[in-house]
Amino acid sequence: MHLALDLPLHPARQCYTLNHMVQCRPSQLDASFAALSDATRRGVLDQLSRADASITDLAGKFHMTLTGMKKHVAVLERAALVTTEKAGRVRTCRLAMRALEEEAAWIERHRRLWSARFDELDKIVEHLKSKEKADARRKRR
Amino acid sequence: MPEGKEGSPAAMNRTAVERKSDRELVVTRMFDAPAHIVFEAWSKPELFKRWWVPKSAGMSLVSCEMDVRTGGGYRLVFRHPAFDQPMAFFGTYKEVTPHKRIVWTNEESDQGAVTTVTFEENAGKTLVTFHELYPTTAALEEALAGSAQGLPEQFTQLDELLAGRS
Repeated sequence: MHLALDLPLHPARQCYTLNHMVQCRPSQLDASFAALSDATRRGVLDQLSRADASITDLAGKFHMTLTGMKKHVAVLERAALVTTEKAGRVRTCRLAMRALEEEAAWIERHRRLWSARFDELDKIVEHLKSKEKADARRKRR
Repeated sequence: MPEGKEGSPAAMNRTAVERKSDRELVVTRMFDAPAHIVFEAWSKPELFKRWWVPKSAGMSLVSCEMDVRTGGGYRLVFRHPAFDQPMAFFGTYKEVTPHKRIVWTNEESDQGAVTTVTFEENAGKTLVTFHELYPTTAALEEALAGSAQGLPEQFTQLDELLAGRS
């Protein structure tokens, strides 16, 4: 029971947003700090904060082999700092915060939809409830 | 999240949306009425169609058939001016426990979710939990990105329409 209109979104896969709060597991925090202990990986995050980039782009910018960059990106991905998505042969990396912001916006849009829907249901429920009360009063007489 | 954004509903009646996992979406809301009443509004087509679909000029519900019992089916047909053809949404009620629980399939695509709605009554109030389980992460993202993106505008129109009426 959906009304489907196509628009791509890329919600983060590792941290889930609950209302507007981002909730991460403690083990994930450990992974985040470990990931940030490396200068190249901090550089990658800095780079991705300006624009999404493919692994090939990043390897070129940091004068590294593809394999080496893949490993760094994998560490960042496990720490939920970066998300990646493969389209064809290109794997695009993006800062997870951006994905999380998108997910928060997505949740908010969805909440507004359900909020409107359930407010309407509330009106009907209120109406049925008062009707039932009136019927019960009538029966008692 | 700012309080009272939607105006009328009290904090108790706030709708919460949570992406529970890669494949699950959960929406909860408390209603100030016993479960049998909320269940009635959900399971009778003539009541259901008054709240489920935006009735604004943007979208209309052409037909709403619901046979809410275990093994029964539903079929909702919408029409939108942007599309020549009406859109049909259909599936089967896998489990219906009156006043407690409804489980249905969404069969318009092979990537459709299984939806479970529960009605939990406590001290005259009912907590409604709407839970969707998708076969894959991609299916959830595709289905929900579309519906979440497309509807708020229509609901705004609906709000305006209803505000004008009441």
